[in-house]
Amino acid sequence: MAGVAPEQAADLTAAPEAAKAEVPPELIAQTLGEYLRAYGARIRAGESGVLPVIAAMFAIILVFWAISPNHVFLSPVNLVNLFQQAAVFMVLAMAEGFALILGEIDLSVGYVGAIGAAITVQLIQPITTNWNWIPAILAGLLACTVFGAIQGTLITRLRLPSFIVTLAGFLIANGIFLKILLLGPFSGYPNLAGLSDNLQVIYNLMWGTIDPTVSWIGAGVVVVGLGLFMWLGDSRRRRSGLVAPPPSLTLIKIGLIAIVAIVVVAICNANRANLGTLEGVPWMIPIVLAVLGAWTVLLQRTKFGRYIYAIGGNPEAARRAGINVSLVRTVAFALCSFTAGIALLLYASLLNGMSNNLAGGQYVLYAVAAAVIGGTSLFGGRGKPLHGVLGGLVIAAIYNGLYLQGISQVEWQYIVTGLVLLAAIIIDAVSRRGASSGSVTRT
Amino acid sequence: MTAAVAELRPTDGTLLKVRELDKHFGPVQALYHVDLDLPYGQVTALCGDNGAGKSVLTKCIAGIYQPDHGQVFWEGNPVHVRNARDAAHLGIETVYQDLALADNLDIVQNMFLGRERLTNQVLLDEDSMERAAKETLAGLRVTTVRSIRQPVASLSGGQRQSVAVAKAVMWNSKLVIMDEPTAALGVVQTRMVLDLIKRLRDRGLSVMVISHNLTDVFEVADRIAVLYLGRLVVQDKASAFDLQTVVQYMTTGGSGPTAGSRTKDS
Repeated sequence: MAGVAPEQAADLTAAPEAAKAEVPPELIAQTLGEYLRAYGARIRAGESGVLPVIAAMFAIILVFWAISPNHVFLSPVNLVNLFQQAAVFMVLAMAEGFALILGEIDLSVGYVGAIGAAITVQLIQPITTNWNWIPAILAGLLACTVFGAIQGTLITRLRLPSFIVTLAGFLIANGIFLKILLLGPFSGYPNLAGLSDNLQVIYNLMWGTIDPTVSWIGAGVVVVGLGLFMWLGDSRRRRSGLVAPPPSLTLIKIGLIAIVAIVVVAICNANRANLGTLEGVPWMIPIVLAVLGAWTVLLQRTKFGRYIYAIGGNPEAARRAGINVSLVRTVAFALCSFTAGIALLLYASLLNGMSNNLAGGQYVLYAVAAAVIGGTSLFGGRGKPLHGVLGGLVIAAIYNGLYLQGISQVEWQYIVTGLVLLAAIIIDAVSRRGASSGSVTRT
Repeated sequence: MTAAVAELRPTDGTLLKVRELDKHFGPVQALYHVDLDLPYGQVTALCGDNGAGKSVLTKCIAGIYQPDHGQVFWEGNPVHVRNARDAAHLGIETVYQDLALADNLDIVQNMFLGRERLTNQVLLDEDSMERAAKETLAGLRVTTVRSIRQPVASLSGGQRQSVAVAKAVMWNSKLVIMDEPTAALGVVQTRMVLDLIKRLRDRGLSVMVISHNLTDVFEVADRIAVLYLGRLVVQDKASAFDLQTVVQYMTTGGSGPTAGSRTKDS
């Protein structure tokens, strides 16, 4: 790589192996072989990226495929079902990501999102307000955003701990949510049944499907577009002597994206109905991908996103750099609640309405667990929206797999949720310790 | 005072002049009538025992504290530095002892933190920032980092100091204030930072180094100024001092032979 010193060895005081291990492998490797070796060193040091969660996912899939009755776990019907369950976890984990990267936590996401979803579902009811679905969704998401902004303001301006503020928010939102449910003549269960285009649209968020041919074309456009973007970007950077991964690695990444796209579309395009036809990619997949894409760009390619990471890494450094720390944190909490609104809207679609059955507290734990399992740190500064998506898939796979085993009683769900969360935190803490024990002393 | 002020407007190669600066915190007089000159293109070491007021003086210059009384002249003009942004605007950058780097961000991201370049008003212009960061580091001959895209967490202490300095000199700064730059470093790392300070001077920058370590001070400083209990007791060319006299100024405020008994080790 250009600019790399011939006199690297001059830096004698750092433990060389530990320092090497913490460097992202794509930065010091010029060939794929070097890259793989560097990656191995990094996993041993605890900074592992997304490979472990992908490995864990394959292991879980294999186990549940093996033990599920008639290997039904890997049937297209069940897999699409799993994607739908995962969508709520994924989006909620991406929401929680905003708080986690800041080094904070938001315990209220489950019920704050539920307020938004309940407002939307109430507003579109034909026999009461009968709003169009677009303003109804916007109103719901706006309510979430305002709730998040208030929590963020309390946390930043009054310097209250986010844990306590959002715990209070959790209770308050739970109450408001139940109040909203009781509005109108729905006995606390405003649902999506009925002949109304607006009800149908919300129902379709999760259950509507895209025509199989269109699904293939859409997937092709996304993969080719993303592939070209990555390839051209990396080649340009290599040409101008900037840091870029080796070409083979770029190709492997693009290849993996293509394989995932093909597998997912193939699964969704299989006919899943016992009678008649039910095929095509559910709407929820492009919705999740849109949230993933938007938040990835926001966090990785804009000043605002950079500042969230900076605050999570070193708030004092961010403050001295002239960043309006309070504003960035408040907006991040608002975005967290906004995204939670999207997640719970998908939940309303999945369950065909909103009711007081929602276990908002459990969903918070699933969201934190999903983000952390995916690779986001609980200690701030590290994490990506992609981690929420991968972790959400793992959580949904466990949930779904247990269900297929007939282990659907609520007590087992609680126990497994707790164990999974504990495992994620242990992995996060241990990997952090592994990373810091080998690194140089800091002032 | 006004007559004195007019007379003091320098065209004499002095970048920063501090005159009769006072600062107190409640009943504690932290600085008393401090006069300090920082010439262009020289390294000035600011020495003093703990509590002598080194940090307070630095922060008054850098705009973190407002002096109660006194005047600061920048390139001959009286200025009021109200905050760090004002200081940066004049060309004063401070490298604090804790360096203020975000461990999770890489070198380029840290160097541009708060001053990111954008393409089309929205997205970060990573390529241009990386190129500029690379040039700055190469200009300072900071060459031991493997890649400027590695997170700062993976750097050694000296490398971190280098990144913090590079961050400070990137913005056409004229004066770089460094607070205890070698305090936490080993021998090799200290060497690296001292060489870096000399290179800043060679590039025509003025540097003010706050340090306890007199060996380092004598190695890099062109001028030495000593604070004692809030008063600037002496400032002169480094060649006018030896280690013993600096220690005496630091511990007694004077150079008389009665000093010495209160000498603390460094």
